[in-house]
Amino acid sequence: MSRVGPVLTVLGIVLVIWYAASVWLNAQWVYDQAERAGVSVSFAEMAAQTMMQDRPLLPPPHQVAMQLWDGVAGQAVTSKRSLVYHAFVTLQATLAGFGLGIVLGVGLAVAIVRFRVVDMSVMPWAVISQTIPIVALAPMIVVLSSAAGIEGRLVPKAVISAYLSFFPVLVSMVKGLRSPDAMQLDLLRTYGASAGQMFWKLRLPASMPYFFASLKVAIAASLIGAIVGELPTGAIEGLGARMLIGSQFGEPLIMWAALFAAAILAGALILVVGWVERLLRVRMGVPA
Amino acid sequence: MMVAGSLAFWVVAWWMNVRLAAQGVRWVPPVVFGVTVLVVWEGLVRGLGVPAVILPAPSAIGTTFAANLPILWVDFVQTVILGAVNGFVMGAGAGFLVAVLIDRSPYLQRGLLPVGNFMAALPIVGVAPIMVMWFGFDWQSKAAVVVVMVFFPVLVNTIAGLSASDRMQRDLMATYGASYWQTLLKLRLPAAMPFVFNGLKIASTLALIGAIVAEFFGSPTRGMGFRISTEVGRLGLDMVWAEIAVAALAGSALYGLIALIERGVTFWHPSQRT
Repeated sequence: MSRVGPVLTVLGIVLVIWYAASVWLNAQWVYDQAERAGVSVSFAEMAAQTMMQDRPLLPPPHQVAMQLWDGVAGQAVTSKRSLVYHAFVTLQATLAGFGLGIVLGVGLAVAIVRFRVVDMSVMPWAVISQTIPIVALAPMIVVLSSAAGIEGRLVPKAVISAYLSFFPVLVSMVKGLRSPDAMQLDLLRTYGASAGQMFWKLRLPASMPYFFASLKVAIAASLIGAIVGELPTGAIEGLGARMLIGSQFGEPLIMWAALFAAAILAGALILVVGWVERLLRVRMGVPA
Repeated sequence: MMVAGSLAFWVVAWWMNVRLAAQGVRWVPPVVFGVTVLVVWEGLVRGLGVPAVILPAPSAIGTTFAANLPILWVDFVQTVILGAVNGFVMGAGAGFLVAVLIDRSPYLQRGLLPVGNFMAALPIVGVAPIMVMWFGFDWQSKAAVVVVMVFFPVLVNTIAGLSASDRMQRDLMATYGASYWQTLLKLRLPAAMPFVFNGLKIASTLALIGAIVAEFFGSPTRGMGFRISTEVGRLGLDMVWAEIAVAALAGSALYGLIALIERGVTFWHPSQRT
């Protein structure tokens, strides 16, 4: 079952709709300009002019691509105008939060599987914690961390990322650590295995597929966390801050380029996680 | 004194929870745990003299909450009802409809699933400034952000759900001489419901995030995101925490409502038959 054809078809449809929509949305501006200048424009002229406005309502794909290329390749990497630089700032917070989220999620999951009391008292609150929109907490976290004497935006952003990413890891790890069935546990018991040995030799390896499935969700969530963490906190660096700047200065192209840079970053991160998963599966001897 | 007291309370409550968990009482341990967190929080804030601009005590937040009910209600209506719920209904409805329509063409469906999966993983909150530019500062732009955010999770889950019925079950419908629509309505849509509700649950948290984030990019002088960002600026943190409490209640209520409907619709599913 080849997926290339259908995917390309769907992407093609999206592109066509996008171009049509940008002609439709940007047309008003062209007509206004023409009316002010006292000339009338034909449809073909109008369509041509919607393709290259400075501040289009909806920039057509090629304009976004040009802006993106300019931001990635057209600037020195250390420049404040470079998207690579901003993506790197966001990436740092994402990875820090991702790591923190994994540690927190796995740690809690181990405690939940090991101690019944933790399961009963903490698990419901972990579920409730995810229904609280983290963005409401974001400005608080920034205030708290600066009051605690932590400089910079990295820590608060990482905390927000961790908050969003620990939950999928927690849920999957609880499921994974409980996945060995009674027969396997009994077998280890007949071997006289201790609780620790049972954990390291059976429960942990058995949970790996669940763990990696959750990592893909978690890395996407922690990127969202890092970007959201940049929005309400007055950050000046990072992809989220770039979107905010584009919004405040009325530069739609900057917003769109930052949005697509974030999308590309998300795609790359998911690919890397999938790649690490495959490597580890081979090391563990799972048939691919 | 306060610090020691709250720590002592913690130890006692933990011991109680261990006993309760051993007896297998279902809902008491989480409640005890929640109360413990509040008591320890209150005790530590008072005992250590933490200033209110850093972390207000729960009692102070409660007082502010009670004193500002009208403001909180206006914010709630603006952000949750007008922004999040409107957008949620439209976005989830659109995602569901597109998934059902695309179902007729397996070719397009095969293409849409990976693309939709990818889109669902993207930081779509980023469209917030664009939507604010298009639809203005009022709730319409917030609802639009929510529509885009909830669309893909619902779409992907519905597509996955529509292929959840067995070959055997579909063959049975075919032997009954059922038409495409009969099979869809009587077999495949009911079988898809657990997946759809899974998507709806994910979407319900996203909806609130979207509605609040969009307010950071511009809003009328009401709404939870607006209130939070202005009150943080004024260091009125008790008010911020009151808004967070409202957000938590609204989020949990939305989630609970969906879980309740799910229980009614998918009563036959193993996960519901406990």
